[in-house]
Amino acid sequence: MFNPDIIKPENLVYEKTNVLTDAIMHYCPGCGHGTTHRIVAEVIEEMGIQDKAICIAPVGCSVLAYNYFNVDAIGAAHGRAPAIATAVQRMFPDRHTFTYQGDGDLAAIGTAETIHACNRGENIVIIFINNGIYGMTGGQMAPTTLLGMKTATSPYGRTVELNGYPLQITELLAELPGTYYITRQSVHTAAAVRKTKKAIRQAFENQKNKKGTSLVEVVSNCNSGWKMTPVEANKWMVENMFVKYPIGDIKVDGEKVKK
Amino acid sequence: MAKELKLMKGNEAIAEAAIRSGCDGYFGYPITPQSEVMEHLMIEKPWETTGMVVLQAESETSSINMVYGGAAAGKKVMTSSSSPGISLMQEGLTYLAGAELPALVVNVVRGGPGLGTIQPSQADYFQAVKGGGHGDYQMYVLAPASVQEMYDFVFLGWEIAFKYRNPVMILSDGAIGQVMEKLYVGPHIPRWTEEELRKNAPWASCGKPADRDHNIITSLDLDSAKQELHNHKLQAKYREMEEKEVLFEAINCEDAEYIFVAYGSSARIAQKAIQLGREKGIKVGLLRLITLFPFPKKQIAEFSKKVKGMLAVEMSAGQMVEDVRLAAEFRCPVEHFGRYGGIIHTPHEVLEALEEKIIKG
Repeated sequence: MFNPDIIKPENLVYEKTNVLTDAIMHYCPGCGHGTTHRIVAEVIEEMGIQDKAICIAPVGCSVLAYNYFNVDAIGAAHGRAPAIATAVQRMFPDRHTFTYQGDGDLAAIGTAETIHACNRGENIVIIFINNGIYGMTGGQMAPTTLLGMKTATSPYGRTVELNGYPLQITELLAELPGTYYITRQSVHTAAAVRKTKKAIRQAFENQKNKKGTSLVEVVSNCNSGWKMTPVEANKWMVENMFVKYPIGDIKVDGEKVKK
Repeated sequence: MAKELKLMKGNEAIAEAAIRSGCDGYFGYPITPQSEVMEHLMIEKPWETTGMVVLQAESETSSINMVYGGAAAGKKVMTSSSSPGISLMQEGLTYLAGAELPALVVNVVRGGPGLGTIQPSQADYFQAVKGGGHGDYQMYVLAPASVQEMYDFVFLGWEIAFKYRNPVMILSDGAIGQVMEKLYVGPHIPRWTEEELRKNAPWASCGKPADRDHNIITSLDLDSAKQELHNHKLQAKYREMEEKEVLFEAINCEDAEYIFVAYGSSARIAQKAIQLGREKGIKVGLLRLITLFPFPKKQIAEFSKKVKGMLAVEMSAGQMVEDVRLAAEFRCPVEHFGRYGGIIHTPHEVLEALEEKIIKG
C-alpha cells in the first residue's frame, strides 16, 4: 500500500538522476534501453560533466534519446552519428561527446562512419546497443541477427546463403589502432548493470584523458521484436546471443585482452 | 583596412576566404575539379594560426554530416565538392535545412550525369535550387562569376546562413574553380570565441549550462500537426529571402531589345557576346543572376514587358530557362542555348543562337 508518511529524506535510498529528464520513456518494458539510459546519465552526473556532455542520438528505437538525456543533444541521420560526433568533439575538445546507437545504425548503414571514426581514434564515447534486430521499424533482420533467427525480413530464419553471417563489428573495431577501450556488457541482471555502469564510467574517463575511441556494447533483448516475454527474452539472450557475442572486455588501455 | 592583391585559382580563393572569414571547420573529400580547396587549406595549416579544424573525411556522406555536427554545435563550418560528391551530400543537406542549421557548401560543378566528366558544367541547377534532397526545403544559392566572387561569397554566405539559420550553397563550375585571376583579400576576421558563439547561436548544442534547458537539434517531429507548423515556418523564411535577398546585375540593359539571362561562367561568355552583338548593331544586354534561389522573378517579369526576347544561356540542356519562362509568363519569347557534358560555349555560338532562335525566330 502507498504510504505517503514514509517519504522523508532519511528514508531516501535511491533517486532519479537529474541528467535524465522527467519525460516518460517510450521503450518497451523489459528492454535494455531504459536501464542503459539511466546508467549513462548516472555516470555523467557522478563525473560532474552534465555541462560538457553532448549526446548524438541515432535513428532507431533510441531516436528520441535526446528527450530523455538532460544534456545538449543532436539528432543524427541514420548511421551518421560518429561523423557528427567527430566534428563536435574536434571543435570542442574539452567536451564529452557520445553517440548512442543501435546495431542497424552502427553496424549496417553507418559502418563506414563507425570504422573511420574509430580508425582515426576520435576522442568520443560510443554506446552500442546490440539486440540483433531492427526494433523501431517492426523487427526486421539486422547485421547482427543470429543464423536461424526469425525476423520480419527473414521469416524462415536467417541463412548464410541468403543473408551472410552475423557481423561481429565490435571485435572488428578492436583490431583498429585508434580504439582504446572496447567492451561488451549487458543489463539483464543487477550484477550486469553494475559492470556495465563501471564500463561506461571507464569510457568517459578515457575520453577525459584524451585516450581515443571507447566503445561499450550492450547486448540487449528486444522482447517485442523477438516475440517473447521479457523473462523469456533474457533467457534466450543468455543462451543464444551471448554465444555469438560473448560478454567481457575485448580491448583495455589500447591492448587486446588475451582470451 | 588595406586590401592585399593576390593571384589565385577560384578553388584556392574559397580556401583563403574560409581562413580569413573566421571559419571554424572544413570537412571534405577529394574530387576533381575542386580538390585545391582542401589542398590549399592543408598547406596553410590554419589550425596553427586561427584554430580552424580541417579534416579529410572518408566520404562526402561523412563530410556533410561532420558539417551537420559542427553547425549543430553553433560553429561556422563548410565543405566543398563537385557534382557526384554533392549528390552524395543530399541527405545531409535536407537534414541541415530541416534542422535549420547554418552551413556553407561549395559545388564546383562538372559535367554529368553519373561520373560524367571533369570539365565545367552548369547542369546541377535543378539539384541546387529545386531541392535535390527530400522534402520541401530551399538552400540560398549564390553563383560566382569570378575568382573575386568565389572569395567574397564565402563572407556573404556566412552572413545569410546565420541570419536565416539555413544552408547556403555556392554554385560554381569547373572553369571558375580552376581559372587563375587577381583578387583582393581583406584582413582576417577572428573566429568567434565561445562566449560570442553562445550569444550569436543560443540554440546550439555545445554543452548545457546549469541555467538553461537542454538544446535539441533535430529535424524530426512525429506529430504531423507540429511538422506542418515547422514547414510553415520554413516556407515563411524562404519567402522572406525572396523578398529581401535577391541579387543580380543588369549589364547593358538600359537600351536593350534582347536580354541574355545567365550566371557564372555563362555570364562571362555572354558579356563577350554582347560586345560582338553591339558591334553588329544588335541591342543586347545581360541579366546576370547572382542568387539562383531566391530567383529574380520580379526583375525578369519587368524586363519581359520591355524586350523583344530573352535567351537563357547555361551549360546545361535547359534548366534555369524553366524559371525564366515562369517569370516571363509568355510576355516575350524565351529560348535556351547551351553546350553541355563539359563543353563550354563560345561567345560566337551564343550570339548566333540569339540571332537564330530569337531575332529570326
